[in-house]
Amino acid sequence: MIAVELRMMLRRPRVWLCWALLCALPALVAVLLAATRLAPPPGRGGAFLSAVVANGQLFPAAALALVLPVFLPITVAIVAGDAVAGEASAGTLRYLLVRPVGRLRLLAAKLLSVAVFVLLAVLLVTATSYGVGVAAFGFGPDAAVGGAGGIASLSGAVLTPFDLLLRTAITVGYLALCMLALGAVGLFFSTLTDSPPAATLGVLALVVAGAALQPLDAAAAIEPFLPTAHWLAWIDLYRDPILWEDLRAGIEVQAGYVLVAFGAAWANFATKDITS
Amino acid sequence: MSVDGAAITDVIATDGLTKRFGRVTAVDSVDLRIPEGVRFGLLGPNGSGKTTLVRMLLGLVHPTSGAMEVLGRSMPRHAAWVLPQIGALVESPAAWGHLSGRANLRLLDAAGPGGLGRLRRDRRARVEQALERVGLAGIDRRPVRAYSLGMRQRLGIAAALLRAPRLLLLDEPTNGLDPRGIHEMRALFTELNDAGTTVVLSSHLLSEVEALCTRVGVMDAGRLVLSQDLDALRAPTGRVLLRTPDPATAVAVLDGRVERRSGDVLTVRHDDPAALNAQLVANGVRVSALEAQRRSLEQVMLELTGAGADRVDRGRGTPGAGAPAGEVRR
Ligand SMILES: Nc1ncnc2c1ncn2[C@@H]1O[C@H](COP(=O)(O)OP(=O)(O)OP(=O)(O)O)[C@@H](O)[C@H]1O
Ligand SMILES: [Mg+2]
Repeated sequence: MIAVELRMMLRRPRVWLCWALLCALPALVAVLLAATRLAPPPGRGGAFLSAVVANGQLFPAAALALVLPVFLPITVAIVAGDAVAGEASAGTLRYLLVRPVGRLRLLAAKLLSVAVFVLLAVLLVTATSYGVGVAAFGFGPDAAVGGAGGIASLSGAVLTPFDLLLRTAITVGYLALCMLALGAVGLFFSTLTDSPPAATLGVLALVVAGAALQPLDAAAAIEPFLPTAHWLAWIDLYRDPILWEDLRAGIEVQAGYVLVAFGAAWANFATKDITS
Repeated sequence: MSVDGAAITDVIATDGLTKRFGRVTAVDSVDLRIPEGVRFGLLGPNGSGKTTLVRMLLGLVHPTSGAMEVLGRSMPRHAAWVLPQIGALVESPAAWGHLSGRANLRLLDAAGPGGLGRLRRDRRARVEQALERVGLAGIDRRPVRAYSLGMRQRLGIAAALLRAPRLLLLDEPTNGLDPRGIHEMRALFTELNDAGTTVVLSSHLLSEVEALCTRVGVMDAGRLVLSQDLDALRAPTGRVLLRTPDPATAVAVLDGRVERRSGDVLTVRHDDPAALNAQLVANGVRVSALEAQRRSLEQVMLELTGAGADRVDRGRGTPGAGAPAGEVRR
């Protein structure tokens, strides 16, 4: 079932469209920046955007910061919300279950395909934006002297290319985990309804609610547990030395979301009457 | 659950199977026995619980109370053992619309148990054979989205046949097929049945069930009101329909055996039309037509069942109001 599910996902036009759009937005921004050389002043606009004009190698980080607040959650909500509800509304769910595919196996396969989707999404954005960034902005001031040279971190110190690669890899993993948490919630919502749009909108409502509550002082007590709370913690990876505290808290909370949401999905789906 | 020696040969055995959806009782303490090797037709008005019963037998819907055994093992506990031996069509066929019929069958087959192992090698052959059986062998790469209703129905039946099931559980399999298609499917089901597959299907087409099935069950408002061999059901009723130009004389001659008289047609309680004919002729009654009465399936259905749940009359409190009063109603 797991192999079948992955093959199914890769054959869905919608999935490719999501990936294409995710990669297109940063590319568009890069083209505009390169054409105008009008970088937002430091501290305003997307994180890193002011720095990328000087060095294209930082563009993946800027691209991730661009798609993170809205684009990425939307695509995850679409794919995860469709996971079970899509099969239910198409009627294929009952035929899968009588094949038989065990219900736990079905859910696990769906979660795995969501995981693969988010990982590939983040990776694709990173890879394409690296290419686009280098093409548009070059390797920075040292490039002429020693090839791909050092990059200034947010704290000012210089990072070696290997260091940057490592930090980017951790960023990709961390963001994939954050999005997987959202995807797991989407999977849970998807078992509650037979309508994919309802599940998708449920996930987006959660994201919007989280973003709305986050800046409120009155919500300070629950702030660390909001789904969106630690989404920006990865920016600390580009400081020197890396500030791990927030990242560690983020990993814990997001992994907790995955476990709790998957448990809830299983609790609901295991004994659910399939009447679709 | 009663599993005595005889019950082992039942492919389906339910005991007091009940399903409530909130206040609606969709299936109401059904005790159904289907012996191995029969062609079983499940009949009943709209909303009488046929689909819900099929869903329960497949472990899709969990019974509120009662127990069931399929292929001799209790469901849904032994679903992993039972379901691979069943081919099913539930309510209507379904497929991934953006893929071709062939790709659909391959993926569905691969999703099942052992999909990546032993069964992998002959998957293509099995898919082709299933498509061939339902008459879709030459199907092109069009996505299922572009299929006609009948093609989807055939594809759904092909999916049920993929793993050479011991039991076919088909909910309205001929829905949307043209007369030729219905005829082909009947031939297919008979052929499979001759090879040992038990075929259970639900249908609204009485003529279809009459032509195909050896045994019928009738549901009404969630209850199983009848489960009998078709031959027994359609056996002579012990009455003879007599048409005569001399009804008055006939009534006098037959002395209390006449149950009903309408115009020149009399309904006579008598087992043997030949003997009756001889008696009438000997007494000078002219006979224009004489026939042993047999119940048609339609008659049985109308007698047994009330109005379907899709018909919601005002002030409907008495079930079956508006339908012919049932003599055989239990
Ligand atoms: N998910 C559900 N929630 C509530 N009621 C339901 C549900 N599914 C079925 N029912 C009710 O259960 C009853 C039986 O429905 P079912 O679909 O089993 O009938 P059916 O015999 O298959 O009808 P048809 O011949 O029209 O297909 C109906 O009254 C229906 O309204
Ligand atoms: Mg039905």
